[in-house]
Amino acid sequence: MCGPTPIPDAQAGWQTRSSGACSGACDQASDGEMLRRKEEYPFRKPNCQTVMSRPPRPAFTLAGARLGARLALPLLPGAMVFASAFGAAAAQKGLELWQTMAFSATVFAGASQMVALEVWQDPWTLSGLLVVTVLVATVNARMILMGAAIQPYMVGASRGQVAAVTFVLADANWLIGMRYHGEGGRDIGVVFGAGLMLWCGWVAATLPGHLAGAVVPDPERFGLDLVMPIFFAAMLVPMWKGARPAIPWAVAGSAALIAQALIPGYAFIIVGALAGAIAGAVIDDA
Amino acid sequence: MPEFALTTPYGTLIALVAMAGVTYLCRASGVIFMNRIAIGPRLARALRALPGSIVIATILPIAAQAGSPAFLGIAAAIGAMIATRMEVAAIAAGLVAIALARALGL
Repeated sequence: MCGPTPIPDAQAGWQTRSSGACSGACDQASDGEMLRRKEEYPFRKPNCQTVMSRPPRPAFTLAGARLGARLALPLLPGAMVFASAFGAAAAQKGLELWQTMAFSATVFAGASQMVALEVWQDPWTLSGLLVVTVLVATVNARMILMGAAIQPYMVGASRGQVAAVTFVLADANWLIGMRYHGEGGRDIGVVFGAGLMLWCGWVAATLPGHLAGAVVPDPERFGLDLVMPIFFAAMLVPMWKGARPAIPWAVAGSAALIAQALIPGYAFIIVGALAGAIAGAVIDDA
Repeated sequence: MPEFALTTPYGTLIALVAMAGVTYLCRASGVIFMNRIAIGPRLARALRALPGSIVIATILPIAAQAGSPAFLGIAAAIGAMIATRMEVAAIAAGLVAIALARALGL
């Protein structure tokens, strides 16, 4: 119903409860395309609350977590490749193993981790700390919208449950959760289980990446100093939705190049990103 | 700004805590605070444009600084991604292109 590649058997349990009234993220991304199109969000709150009566508290069960973990499995390889690339890049920036692992385990947001490496310094200056923090916040600002979109399904959950789910909230399991809940599912353990699965794969794959990146001699010869821009460039392909939605990208690129020429350091990322977002707000991409 | 870096050995630890903190704030604030705030079409469009803008704003200046091998690598990665839709293939193609370009002295 949502694409050419349905998830085998896993969805049978909750597909039957599909209300039909809430399409949510379902019509936005088919299962197999989830990772490919992970940067695309519907960015609207599903209005399911008005058409469905729900119990005061959503469920948070082990069975739900297991289902979520299973739904996240197809997305694991891509995430682990990215994590390995991050580990290698981090090793080359001179991060120690524990620092790389702690980074992946606590931040758990690939794009922002890669961007942070670009402005990495050791020893740190106060301005350097400020820049890296603002940068990470800018890259991860989209999560505010993701959280807002999934919030209606978490009304009534305990603080501990909200804390647990939000800690592992990432692009992939957010999409899984939007689809599951959009079809009437009420177990927020699904989002948590999918996120936990991705988190485990993310942290586990960071380790070999770091070890490999640390032993490669003369990394520039193999282009390893440019792993991050290469990976980012590849991510543009699934994000491409035609020329018109890409106009803000052009604005972002121009602004970043101008900022690079005028401002020392890596402020060009923030300047470019904000210029692109403002262009997006002004231009009607519909 | 004062350059106090050499006075503390905990710079990286502070950076990690700060990054983890703001990231968790982004994750949790949407769920905790945004239920009362309506997201208008303008804000939605801005946030939809943000991911791609971040990517472009990051790679373009870095590539401009690194020179033609970087652009060749980026082109190869995008080409491989279009052809295969596999991140691994895209990264491999990009790295090979950069290594070749540098070996040829571009």
